[in-house]
Amino acid sequence: MNHMWKFSVRRMLIIIPQLLLLSLLVFLMAQAMPGDALTGQINPDLDPQEMQEQREELGLNDPWHIKYADWITSAVRGDLGQSFQFKMPASELIWNRMVNSFWLGVATLIITYLLAIPLGITSGRFNDSLLDSSITGYTYIGFATPIFIFALVMLWIFGYQLGWFPTSGSVAPGSDPGTFEYIVSKINHLLLPAISLGLITTVNTVQYLRSEIIDTKQKDFIITARAKGASESRVYNRHIFRNSLLPIAAFFGFEITGLIGGTVFVERIFGYPGMGDLFIQSVLLRDYTVVTSVVLLFGLASILGALISDIILSLVDPRIRIK
Amino acid sequence: MNEKLLEIKNLKTSFRIEDQYYAAVDDVSLTVNENEVLAIVGESGCGKSALAFSLMRLHNRAKIEGDILFKGDDVTNYSAGQVNKLRGNEMSMIFQDPLTALNPLMKIGDQIGEVLLLHKGKFSNLNRKQKAISLLDKVGIARPEHVYEQFPHELSGGMRQRVVIAIAIANDPEVLIADEPTTALDATIQSQILDLLNELKENMNAGIILITHDLGVVAEMADRVAVMYAGQIVEVADVHALFGMPQHPYTRSLLSSVPNAESVDSKLHVIQGIVPSLKNLTREGCRFRSRIPWIDESVHEKSPELHEISPNHFVRCTCYKNFYFPDEKKEDKRHGIS
Amino acid sequence: MAFLEVEDLKVHFPVKGGIFGRTVDHIRAVDGVSFSLEKGKTYGLVGESGSGKTTTGRAIIGLNRATAGKITYNGHDITNLKKADLDVRKEIQMIFQDPYSSLNPKKRVLDIIAEPLRNYEKLSKQEEKKRVLELLELVGLSSESITKYPHQFSGGQRQRIGVARAIALKPKLIIADEPVSALDVSVQAQVLNFMEDIQEALGLTYIFIGHDLGVIRHMCDDIGIMYKGRYVEEGTVDDIFDNPQHIYTKRLVAAIPDINPENRREQIYYRQEVQKEYEQSYDDYFGDDGLAYGLKPISETHLVALPEKG
Repeated sequence: MNHMWKFSVRRMLIIIPQLLLLSLLVFLMAQAMPGDALTGQINPDLDPQEMQEQREELGLNDPWHIKYADWITSAVRGDLGQSFQFKMPASELIWNRMVNSFWLGVATLIITYLLAIPLGITSGRFNDSLLDSSITGYTYIGFATPIFIFALVMLWIFGYQLGWFPTSGSVAPGSDPGTFEYIVSKINHLLLPAISLGLITTVNTVQYLRSEIIDTKQKDFIITARAKGASESRVYNRHIFRNSLLPIAAFFGFEITGLIGGTVFVERIFGYPGMGDLFIQSVLLRDYTVVTSVVLLFGLASILGALISDIILSLVDPRIRIK
Repeated sequence: MNEKLLEIKNLKTSFRIEDQYYAAVDDVSLTVNENEVLAIVGESGCGKSALAFSLMRLHNRAKIEGDILFKGDDVTNYSAGQVNKLRGNEMSMIFQDPLTALNPLMKIGDQIGEVLLLHKGKFSNLNRKQKAISLLDKVGIARPEHVYEQFPHELSGGMRQRVVIAIAIANDPEVLIADEPTTALDATIQSQILDLLNELKENMNAGIILITHDLGVVAEMADRVAVMYAGQIVEVADVHALFGMPQHPYTRSLLSSVPNAESVDSKLHVIQGIVPSLKNLTREGCRFRSRIPWIDESVHEKSPELHEISPNHFVRCTCYKNFYFPDEKKEDKRHGIS
Repeated sequence: MAFLEVEDLKVHFPVKGGIFGRTVDHIRAVDGVSFSLEKGKTYGLVGESGSGKTTTGRAIIGLNRATAGKITYNGHDITNLKKADLDVRKEIQMIFQDPYSSLNPKKRVLDIIAEPLRNYEKLSKQEEKKRVLELLELVGLSSESITKYPHQFSGGQRQRIGVARAIALKPKLIIADEPVSALDVSVQAQVLNFMEDIQEALGLTYIFIGHDLGVIRHMCDDIGIMYKGRYVEEGTVDDIFDNPQHIYTKRLVAAIPDINPENRREQIYYRQEVQKEYEQSYDDYFGDDGLAYGLKPISETHLVALPEKG
């Protein structure tokens, strides 16, 4: 257990330089963009002399490392700056969106695993059968289909043609937060984007699980298990699935990272007010404060995802703990 | 007289390569008696491991013909359920590579416990743990309680092989198949494992089938030896007869190619050519004839059988009578049996 | 002056650890090894896995960096050799253990064997092909082999290709790292005989690294026994096999299975005796760190790491 602690502490310390690097990159990206915090709020009547003074006062003429330090201290305090488009603090704007994206992410992950585990197991256990060919066929289609086209098709069929799901928003207008109807409406709005995204993102996990199982099936210790007199179902449940699902658990963190890319398109297409939707809006309107903040948070989520993966892996695999 | 535990009759195990079946084990008949170590020796590709796996019915996609009688009962007709009751219980197996034979994510105790659970379901959890610890002790593992809680990667190769042996002997099997049990181990560890197997053999009453390519291991462990070449048994004899008076050209070549104290100042005997692959094997006539081209074709039989040349000493094909090494003179060949 | 002289060779590998992955310790893979070797002889380096025998061989040829010590080849200091001394470098070649993985499967035999020639000598296409054909003939492979790929050969034949590559530059010293361990007995015999043949024909000197004492006895003139990076005993074949002194050497010798079943009982008895002695005298032969002591001569050729205390 001592090793386990050492490993986790060490792994967590690694994220410090990662975070520094991320913030630095995001900061430099923001600096490279035209204009500054003042540009969007300029009163055209303002005298250039006065503007210079204001710039000086706001610290906009400081050397880059002081500006970086200022920016990072306020970011840590939760102040991400002002959105010129919405005329409100970016942090406030992002918070609501983040909650929506979080639930979309959770729903997508649930659907991803609900599909991936049975499909991957079936495909891996009966590899090279007709069933396996159909499942791998599906995964190849999934790999080849761009998510934004698939999402549009889903929206058109189930949203507009069949009318089973709402076609935009995250909740029906006018429902009161906290009521049962509100929650149902939330889920209802969430379902179609989550299914669309899940159907595509799951193919990675199906393929991964399939190859893990096929790989584990050929290991020597499986022969040992058979030689002990274990039935086929026991060999699969106790040895093959268990040993193949553990790496999948570790894959979980990376799944989060993968989701981010998907949500950007899906939220936009379904008009779902999440971070991805906000990101595209802000890019189109050049609301740089929001763009950089969202990029920063996406980066943060990826770093945390990798951290979660490594810690899960060290928990489930005794061989890693020793390092 | 010892009882016959296992009787293998005309066993043929074939594998499919590109739509055709090729026999890796070809018409093998052998018996294994109680309290006896039968060694099966041969080089890679001779079919010895395929034979072992056939006995345990561990092949996935092989065609098995012939009979395997375990105490008179034909195992080849067993259902999957019957096979599972046999494996790990009355018949068990030790594998070659201890580094891969254990589940890396399962505690040692659970891996031994599993074989007890499968066949001795009536044990309580506590009894099972005690039994597993006593097995670890029996195979010579110090601090068995501690090792019970460990994972395979925490043990050395020799220790892991002891665990594999503990699993194999957990339910006091009547037939124990050891497939190259010491090949992957260092020399001093190898001798310790051989000593352990010898010790277990004394107290077990089981029939042990020892599959190996190492003639030294055979000389130390076996009571009887079967030599395999190209899927067939070419010679079977008592260990003393086989090492003292080897007959088949292959057995003789094999023995004289092992470096030993006497060979230091001379050249080792070499068998010409290579072991034929499953697909390229000529199945008519004596399969060894292409390796001893200096012997006249006429001395081989058309369809060579095993002949009993002295009590319980069997040799395939009559070519052994005319076999000599090319550097020996035909007249002064070592064994003048005619 | 000896042909090859290794003086107090040390190869240490750093162990990373702690929260910041600093070097917290060293694995002393080779920890003070000295030996010398005469031209035309075969020197055996023996030990079990982790004894440092392979690392020693690799350090001599420059595949592992020596942490300390000196390696002198034919009067040249070749410790951690720089690129500038290529002439000396090509006189030492290595044969690897696994004939299945040490040959590039995507290259033809011609390219495999010609590779060292291309690195060191500028030959025309015709000259190169001629040399490769000569080498193939020398190792007993047919001239058609030149256009084939490694997978078309058996294990013994592949080891011959490996040998042909090693002798392409007319080396004087060959380090053979377990050259027959992956081979069947009959193929092993072919390769061993053949190695003896080319040793005689080309006047080669061998360092033969191995764990099979039967093979070592057959091949070697002098032997060094390694245990955990140190020498425990060194001597001629007769010294080691007929008069082993260190308890570890005795264990190794006792562990060789006797090919004669008539000796079974004596063999088991001998092994038990040695085991008893090993248990009783372990503390005498090894220091507190479980390592052997320094070598002391007990005859002109025979050196043993005898107990220092008591």
